[in-house]
Amino acid sequence: MATESVLEFKKASLSFGDKSIWKDLTLSVAKGEFIAVIGSNGSGKTVLLKAILGQLQLSGGAIELLGKPVANGSRAIGYIPQHRQADTGLPLRAKDLLRMGLDGHRFGLPLPSSKTNKKVSEMLEAVGATDIANTPIGQLSGGQLQRIRVAQAVIDNPQLILADEPLSALDLKQQGLVAELINSRRQQNGAAVLFVTHDVNPVLDYIDRVLYLANGQFRIGTPDEVLRSDVLSKLYGRSVDVVRNQGRIAVLGSSDHDHHDDEKWL
Amino acid sequence: MERLFDFSDYDQLIPLVQNSLIAGLLLGIMGGLIGVFVMTRDMSFAVHGISELSFAGAAIALLVGLNVALGATFGSIVAAIIIAILGSRAKDRNSIIAVLMPFGLGIGILALALYEGRAANKFGLLTGQIIAVDDPQVFWLIATSLVVVFGLLVVWRPLSFASLDPEVAEARGVPTKALGIVFMLLLALAVAASVQVVGALLVMTLLVTPAAAALRLTSSPLWAPLLSMIFAVVSVVGGILLALGGGLPISPYVTTLSFAIYLVARVIEKLRTGTKTKQAG
Repeated sequence: MATESVLEFKKASLSFGDKSIWKDLTLSVAKGEFIAVIGSNGSGKTVLLKAILGQLQLSGGAIELLGKPVANGSRAIGYIPQHRQADTGLPLRAKDLLRMGLDGHRFGLPLPSSKTNKKVSEMLEAVGATDIANTPIGQLSGGQLQRIRVAQAVIDNPQLILADEPLSALDLKQQGLVAELINSRRQQNGAAVLFVTHDVNPVLDYIDRVLYLANGQFRIGTPDEVLRSDVLSKLYGRSVDVVRNQGRIAVLGSSDHDHHDDEKWL
Repeated sequence: MERLFDFSDYDQLIPLVQNSLIAGLLLGIMGGLIGVFVMTRDMSFAVHGISELSFAGAAIALLVGLNVALGATFGSIVAAIIIAILGSRAKDRNSIIAVLMPFGLGIGILALALYEGRAANKFGLLTGQIIAVDDPQVFWLIATSLVVVFGLLVVWRPLSFASLDPEVAEARGVPTKALGIVFMLLLALAVAASVQVVGALLVMTLLVTPAAAALRLTSSPLWAPLLSMIFAVVSVVGGILLALGGGLPISPYVTTLSFAIYLVARVIEKLRTGTKTKQAG
């Protein structure tokens, strides 16, 4: 695998007022690399993506995309948002949503073109969504919509795929399918993936490294280096158990005291 | 009944309202097109808010003896800029519109109360004109509609992306904020033009109802604007033709046609989903 870097964090720091979200984050994301970003609620996972998209001002350091400071979004980025039920009554079908990933940024009318249609139908086929091409997005199931979202994110051959909890609200089977789809598209396109999730298990087989955020600090490394009781206990500043069972990983007692809903199998 | 519909001397009347028909056709095309974005951006209430300030602008222009069209446009643009700047979030936007609207209406009523000219001029700004669009006015309407339609065609794709899928559009580098402001300015022009024909209180019949009807019938990004445009043109031009003999304002005819189309669209939608469920079951 090429070690060419797609995304560079250079001592990047972000704070809101006095609260430091993360500090001196230094990380180089290589081409084709799959990194899971995990951590409890409020640990700064989603704002990390916002910073990469240039929507938040860093309080220190820099983030560079393809050697240039990040700007307001980029065509080199494919973005997969969290699943949200789409409104009904919008003039938008699955294939239209997909096409916007290819040429939605261009001026003028979306005139029919055989070249575009070909790309769109190839992509629909690749994610197994040919049968729902003409379905209004408000009528798609969660798994169907997220499959279209993956297709939309990769159709323009981005060099970086950012996924913000793309599996939340999906059942286990759909989680597996969508995670596998993102991974296979990464392998075909050679794009790097930054995958924000609160549950590492659906992507455990695919990830190269883990970026674990907690308490304004972070750890980076392979899952075996980071997802360990001693490492995470040190990160959280108190006793945390990492339990492995049948290929699944759970972090117990990782919650901040005011977030009891996080006290569950990660 | 004769006051409502009078088709005697029809052949002689048509040439007299040629201007109005041209204006109606253009207003319909413009209203139908921009209406689709009003719906997808959830801006129906903003249309109402802008139209009240447009009314205020027109009323002040009438009072001080300036060009009414210019006044309407100025009022619209001020409202659109305020809404665009202060109301970037949906929740803020609605409260800001609700605050602006009565203020605009109040100023407009004050200006009309002070105005000592023809009473028909006053009433027309709120509820629509009697069919008599003069040459300078028709020129103004044509110019405005062309600007709006051309502007929409230029930004169509990125504006659709930003309206329908804002999160991803922003991530892909689409200038969603700038497009939002461009859209508000185009909307302001569309409202100002419509106010002069159907009146401030009834602008939504052109800028919202046809698009709402179209979206009941199709999810295609091609057919939605086309149907919306056809519905709006049928409503305005049909309304003018029906109103021709009676000497009443055209707005009740336009609003009724537009509403009837919406009802039919809902019935068709209902029938369609009904058959689908039957087939499935």
